[in-house]
Amino acid sequence: MSGFKTLQGKAAAMDRANVDTDQIIPKQFLKRIEKTGFGQYLFYDWRFTKEGLPNPEFELNKAENQGASILIANENFGCGSSREHAPWALGDYGFKVIIAPSFADIFHQNCLKNGLLPITLPAETVEYLLQRAKKQPYDLKVDLQNGIIEDEYNFSATFTINEYWKKMLINGWDEIEITLQLESSISSFEEKRFAVQ
Amino acid sequence: MGKSIIDKIWEKHVVHREEGKPDLMYIDLHLVHEVTSPQAFSGLRMKNRKVRRPDKTFATVDHNIPTDNRKVINDPVALNQMTTLEKNCLEFGIPLAGLDSPEQGIVHVIGPELGLTQPGMTIVCGDSHTSTHGAFGSIAFGIGTSEVEHVLATQTLWQSKPKTLKLEINGELKKGVTAKDVILYIIAKNGIGFGTGHIIEYCGETIAKMSMEERMTICNMSIEGGAKAGLVSPDETTFAYLQGRKYAPKGAGFADVVENWKYLVSDSDAQYDKTIQIDAADIAPMVSWGTNPSMTSKVNEQIPKLEECKNELEQKSLSRALEYMGLQEGQKIEDIQIQHVFIGSCTNSRLEDLKQAAEIIRGKKVHPHVRALVVPGSQQVKKQAEADGLDLIFKQAGFEWRESGCSMCLSMNNDIVPNGEHCASTSNRNFEGRQGSGARTHLVSPLMAAAAAIYGHFVDVGALLSAETVH
Ligand code: SF4
Repeated sequence: MSGFKTLQGKAAAMDRANVDTDQIIPKQFLKRIEKTGFGQYLFYDWRFTKEGLPNPEFELNKAENQGASILIANENFGCGSSREHAPWALGDYGFKVIIAPSFADIFHQNCLKNGLLPITLPAETVEYLLQRAKKQPYDLKVDLQNGIIEDEYNFSATFTINEYWKKMLINGWDEIEITLQLESSISSFEEKRFAVQ
Repeated sequence: MGKSIIDKIWEKHVVHREEGKPDLMYIDLHLVHEVTSPQAFSGLRMKNRKVRRPDKTFATVDHNIPTDNRKVINDPVALNQMTTLEKNCLEFGIPLAGLDSPEQGIVHVIGPELGLTQPGMTIVCGDSHTSTHGAFGSIAFGIGTSEVEHVLATQTLWQSKPKTLKLEINGELKKGVTAKDVILYIIAKNGIGFGTGHIIEYCGETIAKMSMEERMTICNMSIEGGAKAGLVSPDETTFAYLQGRKYAPKGAGFADVVENWKYLVSDSDAQYDKTIQIDAADIAPMVSWGTNPSMTSKVNEQIPKLEECKNELEQKSLSRALEYMGLQEGQKIEDIQIQHVFIGSCTNSRLEDLKQAAEIIRGKKVHPHVRALVVPGSQQVKKQAEADGLDLIFKQAGFEWRESGCSMCLSMNNDIVPNGEHCASTSNRNFEGRQGSGARTHLVSPLMAAAAAIYGHFVDVGALLSAETVH
């Protein structure tokens, strides 16, 4: 995982609500035992036709969205199964940031743990971003350090993110490392919990 | 101020707390299966880490195993995942109920069945329906593979405490209305996001009267309402279920533990962030007709019309769902024709579920246009059902009788609903493609699924049962 303080990148619009993880990465691709290489299957059933050809109607196949690193979606993004393959696929495809009016809980957590930044913004703000991104190639600047998001048209909004996750994302840290520093607390907790039973 | 069971369990599990950080929570039980664990184990190996508490970890294979002939596994990738889990369990010393074990089954069926699941515990598993275990008065939730790795390495998880939601159900359930209908009704009424950020405590007289199986069905689908977890305070029903189970406390120790468990029950003046009241009498047998579990109606109603939608977004998702499902707005639910019936999944594959379905099936035949299968939740359920003669009732009616596993709940093995065909399913998710590419899933109770198998379309099982008692 590589961390980032600010990100300037192309934003793609996906104006759909309740996009579930079955759609983000269909289950036929879950059988791999590696963590990488899932990007090629991202949104597979929408992205490709039955014959396996790119579906020209699908948002991410449009020319103006090529190379996008920011995804703008609608409410309840990432609902459904807890599969972490969903953020792996999004990250492997090239996304670093996802913006939506709301996210499903587990998916939100899974993004943070895998170096993806989920940004929750009010519905009207997301609507503005969607309209912009639908019309033309659209760049956004995400300042993670200060919680600010801006475009080239004088738009600017603030977002909040838990300090803990902010630090993790900026530094690209592995959580287990941090926890293992608390080994003695875990051991003494276990002693107490299993002694009195 | 009193505390809820959620507050009590949470406070007991905080290993480390500091300002501006989630709590570091101790995990009492970690259930592992073949699909979400391989990357976690390889992560451990890469960093030379060990499993901290193999004794608090338990593994099984369920998601992609064949449920017909178990001797032949044709899918090389599925086989790879299974053997990978076997190797990992051996290497890290984790107990495994493998394909040949009499204890094998769907992870959320075997945890309670073996007595691994107990009141007051924190339980996690790399599967979103881990909320099932909440039926025993535990905080149980699904985690992703990074978290699986974290729990394996540290037996803890960083967690911000969710909000609490009290969902109280009072009154008498009508004939033909099951726990499955209760939870489908709740989600249909409140939407798939109503529980987001919350742990739900289900309570009230209707819940108190329910068996453990029924409580599991309700808690199982908490996640479909967006909740982190769902639970029920433990009571005599819970204790009676656990007594004598393989991993439950034994002998005189059991009574002592029960005394401790009783303290978990929510105080009468406990505070919650949100409260919802449900009248049991208002619930009917339910059928989902769309592509998420809130798109559900009573069996004797119609699919909503576009003009009834509150806003444009709702209208868009309704028309998209109807297009996928091949259904018309305003169509009567009872007119939906069914080609497949699946009785199984961690929502409804326990002995009680199979018994209920068998009562409807007994002496009848599956409709000639319907292919129907029963997939028991575990080897133990299967064995018990066979001892009770349920398998014969199903087989004589024309059902396929299978080995235990997830099967057609997510169709990772070869139990698939073909493109465009409709399936009455006792599982928990009706998302696009869940039961196969283009498959059209209708979530129902085992009673409703059984009736649909006979008639080839949905029928009001309440009316059916009342008619039968008159004779
Ligand atoms: S039966 Fe379905 S929901 Fe339950 S654990 Fe298996 S795949 Fe998940």
